[in-house]
Amino acid sequence: MADGQSHLAHHFDSMEQQRESSSLGMWLFLAQEVMFFGGLFVAYAIYRFKYPEAFAVASGYLSVGWGAFNTVVLICSSLTMALAVRAAQLGDKKKIIQYIVATMLLACVFLGVKGVEYTEKYHHDLVPGPAFQYVPDFDAYTVPVTAETAHPNFAGHVQLFYSFYFVMTGMHALHMVIGLGLMIWLIVKALRGRFSREYYAPVEMTGLYWHFVDIVWIFLFPLLYLVWRH
Amino acid sequence: MSENAAKTENYLNVKHTVASWLFTVDHKRIGVMYLATILLFFFLGGVAAVLFRIELMTPTEMFMASETYNRLFTMHGITMIFFFLIPSIPAVLGNFLLPIMLGARDLAFPRLNLASWYVFTFGGLLGLGAIIFGGVDTGWTFYTPYSSTYANSNVILAALGIFVSGFASIMTGLNFIVTIHKMRAPGLTWFRLPLFVWAHYATSIIIVLGTPVIAITILLVAVERIFSVGIFDPALGGDPVLFQHLFWFYSHPAVYIMILPGMGVVSEIIACFSRKRIFGYHIVAMSSLAIAILGFFVWGHHMFVSSQSMYAGMIFSILSFLVAIPSAIKVFNWVATLYGGSIKLDTPMLYALGFIGLFTIGGLTGLFLATMAVNVHVHDTYFIVAHFHYVMVGGMVMAFFGGLHFWWPKITGKLFPEMLGRITAIIIFIGFNLTFFPQFIVGYLGMPRRYHVYPEEFQLLHVMSTGGAAVLALGYMLMGVYLLYSLILGPKASSNPWKAAGLEWTTPSPPPTENFLEPPVVKHEAYAYTEEDTYRDDAETKGDTHG
Amino acid sequence: MSDHAEPHIAPLKTYLNVFAALMVLTVLTVWVALFDLGPFNVVVAVTIATVKAYIVILYFMHVKYSAKIIWLTAAAGFVWFILMLALTLADFATRGWLPIPEPW
Repeated sequence: MADGQSHLAHHFDSMEQQRESSSLGMWLFLAQEVMFFGGLFVAYAIYRFKYPEAFAVASGYLSVGWGAFNTVVLICSSLTMALAVRAAQLGDKKKIIQYIVATMLLACVFLGVKGVEYTEKYHHDLVPGPAFQYVPDFDAYTVPVTAETAHPNFAGHVQLFYSFYFVMTGMHALHMVIGLGLMIWLIVKALRGRFSREYYAPVEMTGLYWHFVDIVWIFLFPLLYLVWRH
Repeated sequence: MSENAAKTENYLNVKHTVASWLFTVDHKRIGVMYLATILLFFFLGGVAAVLFRIELMTPTEMFMASETYNRLFTMHGITMIFFFLIPSIPAVLGNFLLPIMLGARDLAFPRLNLASWYVFTFGGLLGLGAIIFGGVDTGWTFYTPYSSTYANSNVILAALGIFVSGFASIMTGLNFIVTIHKMRAPGLTWFRLPLFVWAHYATSIIIVLGTPVIAITILLVAVERIFSVGIFDPALGGDPVLFQHLFWFYSHPAVYIMILPGMGVVSEIIACFSRKRIFGYHIVAMSSLAIAILGFFVWGHHMFVSSQSMYAGMIFSILSFLVAIPSAIKVFNWVATLYGGSIKLDTPMLYALGFIGLFTIGGLTGLFLATMAVNVHVHDTYFIVAHFHYVMVGGMVMAFFGGLHFWWPKITGKLFPEMLGRITAIIIFIGFNLTFFPQFIVGYLGMPRRYHVYPEEFQLLHVMSTGGAAVLALGYMLMGVYLLYSLILGPKASSNPWKAAGLEWTTPSPPPTENFLEPPVVKHEAYAYTEEDTYRDDAETKGDTHG
Repeated sequence: MSDHAEPHIAPLKTYLNVFAALMVLTVLTVWVALFDLGPFNVVVAVTIATVKAYIVILYFMHVKYSAKIIWLTAAAGFVWFILMLALTLADFATRGWLPIPEPW
């Protein structure tokens, strides 16, 4: 208990009050994050509703293999993160570090794969902007000729999908990078022996953040990669 | 520290260095820093308003080209809304008073609170940068595709400024919610909270759930400008109306971010200067939450004449009427509180009464605008301008200055000259009405907003409006002068100069760093102005503290 | 005080079970995408994703063992998101109901 007391900020009465406050604060932050990504998801939903076929065709150029692989990687990292928090609850300082390092490695794998995918899109001129080039290939990739695909602005609609692809996955990747930074901070704190059974809120809060990042990807994967696979 | 030192030491004189202010985590000092910052923006926005009001005295171009005019009204809108009104009451009075009203030593996350001031100031500087580099001419609404494709690239800077300052307001809101939930003094149950706290709780909910949407929306505009990817560009299949949806999803509730804390302030003032408990305390508290939640359902009423589906328009119209119910509940309950009260017309009370009258006019004209057919007639006219300013200036700014006067002795430990305060309050009330009431008429007659020239028949009304603006500006300057005067030469305030109820009045003025000399225990409900109230509340003492 | 302040520590097995469920659902969502279900493809995909998110929130994020206010906060984010989506879609989905007059 004496160990825990030193972490009690002057304006709280008890460790319990302090822990409950940080937990509620973190959840409010996550609710805020839901709305932040929510704006993107709403915009995505509207355009997918307006241009279903363009989105289907555009999604076809994404690699389901990489997407599924990354999904597995991220779920694994969520598991290791959950175990890191559990280790913290049990006061096992060595395991906290081990699990956090594992989480960080998995996160780096994820970001590496993302890098590969981005490069590939770059080489295929599928990065939105003035350099974006898309000519519907009605033969090779079985794009059906419909009122929508024959629209003169069909390429523009395809670009819209890629705008969302890059903004959404980019924003997600940015959150992962921030998460990596938080985890480095955690390791430093853990090495200095700051955590105990009474005080491990930073591990717990970073864990919540990391699971949230995982949840965003759980939605991004089917919405971006699995639009049209039959 | 010794006993004697504890008696005279307060949050202002505990340390005097600049660093002790810049690195403080004391919510009271942060509140004061916010006050200085937002008053600067209030001044800038005010200067812009005075300039274009002068231009509008004549129907033809006087000294300002249309481009300059557009930039000035945009500057006025952006600074006033994002850098003055939204942080005004929450970040200044809320920051200062909320922990004290809860009997806490600080907000739940003091460092986050300090960070919020820095983030806000940085956002404000970005906004100022956009003005210095030549200004933005999109209007504060940043409608696409004008903002994303055609307007000058200062839009990026202004958009980033709003994006950044949004985080400051999220930090404040998050902090408030956690503090209200977890840091209440022993005995301070939910229904013993002052209505000021309830109002800030509701406001914080809107801030936390709404602000991120404007952040991502405005970021998309910036992304679209920088990379020209066409998210809102019709040429690429984008939909500008989608921008309006996302924008108003935040910006309509933002109006409640601005007005709800004002309602909280008015509740405190009305109770104190009628010497009565607020009539229907519970329902007034709940109506704050109702406004916060209903406020999210109504954003489409800004888009009746965009290409929004008329079926959606009908839903939004009906939902908009619903917001009138909790708003009216508040007004009726304030009036019922006044009834039979021992009313004293001191300066804060004059502002509060001004709020009730002007907010009622602003709110009722809001009903006209929520009616689809009427909206088509008055959309984008001065009628909207007048409606908005009746709610925002007549409502929010009145409440802000009322609150500032009410708690001025608490914040600074000094008394302001009361008679001058009353005269100024009346000058501001007259100036305000002279400025904005003619705008209802000129708008109804069909004058569109955002034009620097107009047909000659509107000149009389515009001259009245400009004259009113001059009176208003005079009032604000007078206030600035006597408040500054009181800061230096004003008599020392006692701990409770208004004889008000409430925890903040039980601690010295200005309060010590830890807010209370000894931790308070609450034994009765808020607004115990009569013995009956105090007595009844004692009988009902129960309930948890950290719920 | 330490009695009720002590947080719930879930057994290792719970975490592994949750992990297994997430893996199964990931495979399921890829597999089901191979079939043409018309408009239901997106419905199924989002439903599976929601179930996955739900169990992550419940177990990995400990909401199952948390106070009611945490549960409420988590729910508020999603409810508000759905509100935003629903009312925005209410516009876009009904725009075509009235024929737009031809430009003259």
